[in-house]
Amino acid sequence: MAKLPISAEKIIDKFGPKKHYTPMGGFEGSHEPDKLVKTHCCFCAMQCGIQLKVKDNKIAGFEPWMEFPFNEGRLCPKGVQRYLQNNHPDRLLQPYQRVEGKGFEPITWDNAMERTISEIRRIQTQYGNDSFAMLSGVSLTNEKSYMVGKFARLALKTKNLDYNGRLCMVSAGAGNKKAFGLDRISNSWADLKHAEVIIIAGSNVSECFPTLTHYIWQARDNGAKLIVVDPRVTPIARTADLHLPVKPGRDSALFGAILKQLVDNDWIDHEFIEKHTNGFEAAAEAVKDYDLDWAEKTTGIEKEKILQAATWWGKAKTSFLLHARGIEHHTKGVDNVLSCINIVLATGRIGKPYCGYGTITGQGNGQGGREHGHKCDQLPGNRDISNPEHRKYIAEVWGVEEKEIPGMGLSAYEIIEAIHRGEIKGLISICFNPIVSLPNNNFVREAFEKLEYYVAIDFFLNETARHADVILPGSLHEEEEGTVTTAEGRVVKINQAIDPPGEARKDSDILIEMARRLGAGDKFNFENSEAVFNELRVASKGGTADYYGISYEKIEKNMGVFWPCPSEDHPGTPRLWEEKKSAFPDGKARFNPVAYKEPAEVVDKDFPVILTTGRVVSQYLSGTQTRRIGKLVDQYPEPLLEIHPSLAIQYNIQNRDLITVRTRRGEATFPAQIVETIRPDTVFIPYHWGGSHSANQLTVGDLDPISKIPEFKVCACQLIPTGKKAAPAEERSAYQSS
Amino acid sequence: MTVTKYDQQMGFFIDMQRCIGCHACEMACAECETNGQESMIHIHYVERAVSTQTTVQVCMHCEDPACANVCPADAITKDEFGVVHTAETSRCIGCSNCVLACPFGVPQKQEKAELMMKCNMCYDRTSAGKKPMCATVCPSGALFFGTREEIELKRPDSVPVDTFIFGNQEVKTKVKIMMPKGSNYLKVH
Repeated sequence: MAKLPISAEKIIDKFGPKKHYTPMGGFEGSHEPDKLVKTHCCFCAMQCGIQLKVKDNKIAGFEPWMEFPFNEGRLCPKGVQRYLQNNHPDRLLQPYQRVEGKGFEPITWDNAMERTISEIRRIQTQYGNDSFAMLSGVSLTNEKSYMVGKFARLALKTKNLDYNGRLCMVSAGAGNKKAFGLDRISNSWADLKHAEVIIIAGSNVSECFPTLTHYIWQARDNGAKLIVVDPRVTPIARTADLHLPVKPGRDSALFGAILKQLVDNDWIDHEFIEKHTNGFEAAAEAVKDYDLDWAEKTTGIEKEKILQAATWWGKAKTSFLLHARGIEHHTKGVDNVLSCINIVLATGRIGKPYCGYGTITGQGNGQGGREHGHKCDQLPGNRDISNPEHRKYIAEVWGVEEKEIPGMGLSAYEIIEAIHRGEIKGLISICFNPIVSLPNNNFVREAFEKLEYYVAIDFFLNETARHADVILPGSLHEEEEGTVTTAEGRVVKINQAIDPPGEARKDSDILIEMARRLGAGDKFNFENSEAVFNELRVASKGGTADYYGISYEKIEKNMGVFWPCPSEDHPGTPRLWEEKKSAFPDGKARFNPVAYKEPAEVVDKDFPVILTTGRVVSQYLSGTQTRRIGKLVDQYPEPLLEIHPSLAIQYNIQNRDLITVRTRRGEATFPAQIVETIRPDTVFIPYHWGGSHSANQLTVGDLDPISKIPEFKVCACQLIPTGKKAAPAEERSAYQSS
Repeated sequence: MTVTKYDQQMGFFIDMQRCIGCHACEMACAECETNGQESMIHIHYVERAVSTQTTVQVCMHCEDPACANVCPADAITKDEFGVVHTAETSRCIGCSNCVLACPFGVPQKQEKAELMMKCNMCYDRTSAGKKPMCATVCPSGALFFGTREEIELKRPDSVPVDTFIFGNQEVKTKVKIMMPKGSNYLKVH
C-alpha cells in the first residue's frame, strides 16, 4: 500500500532535502538577539554546550558557551551549523496525509489524529495488539524516551517497541551488563587526560566526536601512548603512536591475542582478579591458542605491532580503553566488547583515577535513550522487562496491574522482518529513518510498502516518512525542554529556546494527545517536561540507572549530574567502581570467555573485497538534519568509495571513476577516491545518504544473537568499474585526492 | 574604531599536528557579520592520496606585512596591537598585489566583490575581550588563543615559533605555530 504516492523527485522538490545557508533575517539579525539560551548541540553524544541566539522566536545564530566544562566553547562543524535547521524551508509545519498520485496534502490535526486512532483500533482489533509496532529514536530527550516506552506499553498496548539505538551501541550495553551488571562508561572524560596508555578501537573519534579529540591530545601532552585500532588511517589514527589496521570483523582475535600476551608475560593484576572478578581462568583458557602468528594471520596486523600494544598496555600503571561502532556493528559485537573488557579487568585498571573503559556513544542521547524504556527488552531505570520484580515496580509507578505491561517484543530489524512477513501491519515512528539507517535497505523499503498503516512523527520528511499515510509535524531539539545523558554519563539540561513553528507541536504533546484518544490519558497527566522527569526519577529509583537524586535545578546548578545519583543529597558519580563493587549481587565483575568467530559474510571468489561503512565529519547518521544544511553538504557532497592504490591498480581504477559496488543484497555506484589510508583488501563508503547513494543497500541484515545489532561494518562485495567518470564534485578541491 | 578590551597578552597559536580537517573553524569564521559569510581561514589536505593530514591557513599578522607594503592604495593597515587588517573596501582596487606578495599565501581576492579579504584576527571579538571564533570552536586544539604561559604549560613538548625564513627573507609574525621543542624558526625551502 505504502509505495510512494508520487515520484521521489517530486517529493524532494516540495519537502527537500534542500540546502539552506542563511540564518533568519540574514547575519545582521544574529547580532542583536532577544536572548541567549544555554543548551546543548543536537547531534552526537558529546552534547557540547552551546548558546543559541534567539530573535523573534527563531534561532538566529550561536555563541560559544565557554563555561560548560566538557567543551569550553569548542564545537565541530555540525555544532557550528546546527542552528540553520531552525526556520528551514523544508520544515514540516502542518500535518499531511498521502493522496495517491498527488503526494502529500495538508490535513487538520484533528483529522490526522482521528484517522490514526481509527487505524490503530482497526488493525489491533483485526490482527491483535502486537500487530501495531512503534519505532523510536535516541535524538529524543530522556523525558520523551520515557514517554514513548510508557505510551507504547500502556496506550498502544503493544510489545513491539524498539529504538534506533539498536543500530548504535547496544552491543556495548549488552557487554557492559554481562561484565559489570551496569551499562555506562566507567569514568568522566576528565580522567582520560591522565591515562598512560589509551586504546581506541573502531572509533573515528576525530570525525564522529571531534570535541573529544582535544581530551586525547591533552593526554598525549601528558605523555600518553595512543593506540588506534582501525582499518583506516583516520585523522586520529594518523597521529597515533601505534596504528593497528585490523581486518574488518577480526577485533576479538586481536584482543584475545593481547589477553594471551598479558597472561603469558604475567602483566596481570592477580590481586584485583582474585578479589574483584569471576571467570578469569575460563577467559584465559579461551585464548590459549591465540599466539602472535595466529593473530597476525587472522587480524592482518603485523605481530610485532600486536606485541607492542600488549606490552604498552600490560606495563602501564593507568590506562583507558574506548571503543565505538567499529567493533560493535558486528554479528559478534558483544564478543568484541567483552574481549576488550577482559584486558581491562585482567590488568585491574578500572575503578581508580585515570583508569577507565567504555563505549563512545554515537547518538545524542544514546546513553539516556538506552536506560528509560523504549527498548524492546527494557523498562525504565535499565530494568529488565522479563524480570517479575522489575515489572511489578514499574507497574506500581504507572498505577497499573503488572499484567497490563506487555512482555519483550521484537528488536528494530526484527520488526522490519515481521512487517515483511505480514505479521506486523501498522507502525508509528518517531525520529527514526530506517530506510537509510538499517542494513539491506531494499528489503526494508519493501517492508514499508507492505504496511497497512504507517504514521510518522518527525520535523523533516525523511526518506522513510515519505512512505507514511499520515505525517505529524513534531519538534526540533530546541523546541522542547528536557534532559539528555551524554556519553560520559552526565545528565544535562536541554532548554527550550523557541516554540514549534506553524502547526508543528512538541513531540510530548503529540504523544499525550494520542494517548488521550486511545483512552489512556489518565496515565499521561504531565503538565510539562519536568513533571515527566520527576516521574522518570521515581521509575528509575533502585534500578541500575538510578536518576532519583537528579533534579532540573541540580543539573543547572552543577552543569550536569552523573548517574547513578540515588538520593537528593548525592553528588552524582563521575567515576564508577571506586568501591571495587560491580552491580552484581556478589559485587564482582565478570570475565567472559570469547572464542573468535568469523563475520557472517566473508570474502570468496565471487565477492572478493571487504566492504566497511562509517561516517564523515560533516554528516550525522541518516542525514535527515545535516543533509539540509548547505555548508555541511558542500563539505562532503556525495559518498565516495575509498580504495587503496594497490586494489585500484588491480581493477584499473582511477580517481573519480564511477565504480559499481555489488553485494548479495544490491548494488550502487560511487566515485572512487584512491587513498593509501585504507587497508588494501577493504573499501569504505560513508552511509549518510539515501536512495541510489545509499551504502546500506549493500550491508547485511545479520544480527548479533545477544544485542540484535546488525553487522554494518563488514560484508563481501564486487567492484565493477563502469567505464565512466563522475562529474566534478561540487566539493572544494581540498577534498579531492591528488 | 573604539577599542576597549584588546588584550595584548593574548596570542594566537597554531598546532598543525592537531588539525583534524573538520572545517569547524571555517564555518565559525563565516559567522562573523563583517565577513559576509565568507571564511577568512582555510583548511587544506596536504596530500589526501597518502595522508589525512590537513593544514590551517590563517593570516599570520606579520610584524612587517608584505601585503600592506605592496598595496598601491594604502588599503591594508597594521594597527597598534599588531593586527593586520583586511583591505579597506573604499580603498581596495582589487589589484591582487597583496595576494602575490604574501609569503604565506593568505590574502584571497574575492572576484565577485573585486576586493581582497583576509583574516583580521576576529577584530570585532578580540577588541571586545573575546577570543577569535575559529580558535574558540576548534575541537582538537589545533587553534589556540591565550597567553604564551598558558600554551607552554599545556604543551610541554612543543614551543611557539614566530620566525619564518623564506630564502634570504626572514619574516616575524604575531601568530605563532607550535613546533617540536628546541625549534627557533621554520625554514621554508
